[in-house]
Amino acid sequence: MNANHDLIRDLAWSTDANPGKLAELRARLADGAQRDGILDVAYRVMDSPVGSLLVAATESGLVRVAYASENHDAVLQSLADRISPRILAAPARLDHVARELDEYFDGHRQRFDVPLDWRLSAGFRRTVLHHLPEIGYGHTASYAAVARLAGNPKAFRAVGSACATNPLPVIVPCHRVVRADGAMGGYLGGAEAKRILLTLEAA
Amino acid sequence: MTVKQPFETVVAEHGAVVRRVCCAVLGQVDADDAWSETFLSALKAYPELPAGANIEAWLVTIAHRKAIDVIRARGRRPVPTGELPESVGAPGTEQDDDLADALDRLPGKQKQAVAYHYLAGLPYADVAAILGGSPDAARRAAADGIATLRRIYPGVATGSSAAGRGAAVTVAARRGEPR
Repeated sequence: MNANHDLIRDLAWSTDANPGKLAELRARLADGAQRDGILDVAYRVMDSPVGSLLVAATESGLVRVAYASENHDAVLQSLADRISPRILAAPARLDHVARELDEYFDGHRQRFDVPLDWRLSAGFRRTVLHHLPEIGYGHTASYAAVARLAGNPKAFRAVGSACATNPLPVIVPCHRVVRADGAMGGYLGGAEAKRILLTLEAA
Repeated sequence: MTVKQPFETVVAEHGAVVRRVCCAVLGQVDADDAWSETFLSALKAYPELPAGANIEAWLVTIAHRKAIDVIRARGRRPVPTGELPESVGAPGTEQDDDLADALDRLPGKQKQAVAYHYLAGLPYADVAAILGGSPDAARRAAADGIATLRRIYPGVATGSSAAGRGAAVTVAARRGEPR
């Protein structure tokens, strides 16, 4: 059946689209999905001084920022499980947040002004995250101080777990939460990422 | 454990094959619109697709319906299908254009059976489910189509078909589908 094999290979070749064509079709699909209101989660992956960042948004706002160390494929799968599998790489919806992040990493932006979708955090953790933007750019606060901000001074451990599971790192500044003795403390993006962000903001 | 993958992964894994199927059934000119319609419909319906369903068979089924829509629309167009422009987009040689023409001239069922079995790699049971009729009928349609192509496509008869086309390794071959 060698002749058939060759014929089918040539058939595949003659009906093949070049990679540029497929990329164009995928971009067109993302636009169409957005237009038809069936793009539940749009994402893009961007370069940054703290490594490649995945940013994902629902129709209501930015829902996830993920470090490469979190494994972007696993993060997308978790978005599919928790929000909707109607997920496409669709950069347009993330243009605004990508621009603000670039400005932030360039040292030209101190606050983010993007709509946030908080659905991936709940309860006291969510309360904690809501208070984090009160720690201004270039400042830090201890876990205990954040617990007080969140209205439960004894809950500093819960503050730690809220930071460790922050679905919107960098934008919601859990990197500004440090240990009471002045040590940096842990960070979901790794100690090096935390050091880079705090150094950037101290400049 | 059957989880539903992000749709982006579905597009990445099956986009090229579906484009190939659309192109085989409709030609290069209408393939893009059929591909877009197929994946938009699929994205819309994706949350309701049962977990563990055969995604490629599902996509080819949708593409089949979209292709029928295009063919019906052509029938309402004043321009006869024979005057469709030459293939565009594919880096085809003259021989490939000949093959595309030969494919285009096959009867519809044969063309579809060849595309769904040999290009998409679906087993004849799935092809039959899409086309209607029995798996044996699907097998015969595909075999007749291939036989016609072999007769009118000289590159194969003389064994001079182009080598080194790594990108065009067939899906049927990849899956070890018996032929």
